Amino acid sequence: MLTILFDGVAYGMLLFILACGLTVTLGLMNFINLAHGAFAMAGGYVTVVMMNRYGISFYWCLPAAFIASALIGLVLERTLYQWLYQVSHLDQVLFSIGIVFMAVAATDYFMGGQQQLINLPPELSGRMDVFGVGVGRYRLFTIVVCAALALALQLILSKTRFGSRLRAAVDDRRVAMGLGINVPLVFALTFAFGSGLAGLGGAMGAEILGLDPNFPLKFMIYFLIVVSVGGTSTVSGPFLAAMLLGIADVAGKYYVPAIGPFVIYALMIVMLIVRPNGLFSRGSR
Amino acid sequence: MLNRRTLLAVASAALGCLTQFPASAQEVVKIGLILPMTGPFASTGRQVSAGAKTFIETHGDTVAGKKIELVIRDDAGVADQTRRIAQELVVNDGAKVLAGFGLTPLAMSVAPVATQAKVPTVVMAAGTASITKASEYITRTSGTLPQYSLPVGTWAAENGIKKVVTLVSDYGPGIDAEKWFTKEFKSKGGEVVEAVRIPLQNPDFAPFLQRVRDAKPDAVFVFLPSGVGSLFMKQFADRGLAEAGIKLIATGDVTDDDILNSMGKPAVGTITGHFYATAHDSPENKAYVEAFKKANNNMRPNFMSVGGYDGMALIYAALEKTKGDATGPAFMAAVKGLSWTSPRGPVSIDPDTRDIIQNIYMREVKDVNGELQNVEFKTFAALKDPEKAEAK
Repeated sequence: MLTILFDGVAYGMLLFILACGLTVTLGLMNFINLAHGAFAMAGGYVTVVMMNRYGISFYWCLPAAFIASALIGLVLERTLYQWLYQVSHLDQVLFSIGIVFMAVAATDYFMGGQQQLINLPPELSGRMDVFGVGVGRYRLFTIVVCAALALALQLILSKTRFGSRLRAAVDDRRVAMGLGINVPLVFALTFAFGSGLAGLGGAMGAEILGLDPNFPLKFMIYFLIVVSVGGTSTVSGPFLAAMLLGIADVAGKYYVPAIGPFVIYALMIVMLIVRPNGLFSRGSR
Repeated sequence: MLNRRTLLAVASAALGCLTQFPASAQEVVKIGLILPMTGPFASTGRQVSAGAKTFIETHGDTVAGKKIELVIRDDAGVADQTRRIAQELVVNDGAKVLAGFGLTPLAMSVAPVATQAKVPTVVMAAGTASITKASEYITRTSGTLPQYSLPVGTWAAENGIKKVVTLVSDYGPGIDAEKWFTKEFKSKGGEVVEAVRIPLQNPDFAPFLQRVRDAKPDAVFVFLPSGVGSLFMKQFADRGLAEAGIKLIATGDVTDDDILNSMGKPAVGTITGHFYATAHDSPENKAYVEAFKKANNNMRPNFMSVGGYDGMALIYAALEKTKGDATGPAFMAAVKGLSWTSPRGPVSIDPDTRDIIQNIYMREVKDVNGELQNVEFKTFAALKDPEKAEAK
């Protein structure tokens, strides 16, 4: 029972890290970026290449995945995305889904279509018993890292100057510029940070979720569920939504395997009926 | 001024051109190879096409006076595309034989094309038993799930395994595997305490593995498509199921030779049943593996590649028998009862069902000179597909 809860939390944490970058771009920058998973995949492949070809320690790969994905995000934001902030959402969707397909094809071309596997350092593999509860070491590690990140993210957005600038830039771009806030810079940094988080999520998820060129398409639906259930105006909303979905998914598949896969979709529908603007929305904007 | 001699020369040259042209068109037998070369099943396409090409490289591109031309088309694993491409190949490109097909639904979608156009169709990868029943122009060189699930049940029952949980992907092949393993295992006195089915699009195996662990069986029987299988393997080890005394027995898809080596230690000791292992010990296989690796940047050939290789072997042998006649009825008559020595061992085509008859090997994953290999330790000789054998 507790093991199931634990697995659910670990899975939810991963979903959160993967999706929270999307929360940032979608909720704060009001840009529908379906290509979010592509950045996660980039992070995953950076890890795979570094570990399997160059034998670099897993712990170094995580920050590297973050930085690499953030850089890719930054470059793409400056060259492509920034021209699309003002266009309609449909155009944004078409543009970013196009990026997804290009990323899938490019990855398949360069890395091959097979499932990529990494070998974790021994201290992270296997499981241990904590007060009679079987706990996977790697899942525990995932929970710790993701929880720390979630906390940091919340603090950055609500307490720092950068956070308030970002919120100002989103709420009213013209006034924010008038106040001397460098809006394009803020957006570029935010976008890069969101992409970096996705990359980190991809790197950490490679062990549990797997990694192949279709990663962005496979997980797009999960990201969108997390963001739509959690609402896009806070970090805590998607965090709780991810937890809820992770636990519901794992528990559903454990207790009622016959209908397990449907549990999270049913949950999503219920949530959207009850709270159409997300768990912690500030009301419709 | 033209003299008679040059006139004659020109005329005969022109005549030569005329007669030569239709003749050379007849000489070519086009084979349309439809495979998922992109998308989630791209590795299947890559292995099968590499296997087919290896056969042509090692055996030349002419047989019975005909030149063999391989046309590879990508269906990206989408059944509608497979069917459309099959029609195009037959109608526009004049393909005489269709081949390939990475997944069951893809092969099924082509069956009506094969029947209507009377085009011989060689299934090189898809593994659901019922495919060859869909059209009398379909034959197969891979294998069927029942064919290599059943022996795993036999072996388990004979080796002290009493309680098993089955865990399969919830689609055609998975259900085939579950059915035939369970049937055989129960008939030999074993008990299947639980049958778990995993949705195809499943990101995390944790809940299913925990269910297996809590059921406390002697072993868990697994079928999953190859890429997902490797992920499963790691989580199996991570959850400590092996330490809890639960053995992992599976079909060979899970320990796919293409990615086996990158699975690392957790895979060691897994028992699987399948028709081909890269480490199969025979001179034919040694030559095959060497030629394949050389042509493909040291990639390991897996069971799919052998399906492709043998598919070409079948086409060559059938054309040899019909003296180059690739029309449906003649070709299919020639296919029935063909037998040859494949890299996987002796194989033949069942004259009644057009499906393959082959050895199924029980293998254990071992570390051989620093590389993980499926090492064969027991052979079930010349098995037919049990599903169709039973139906008769």
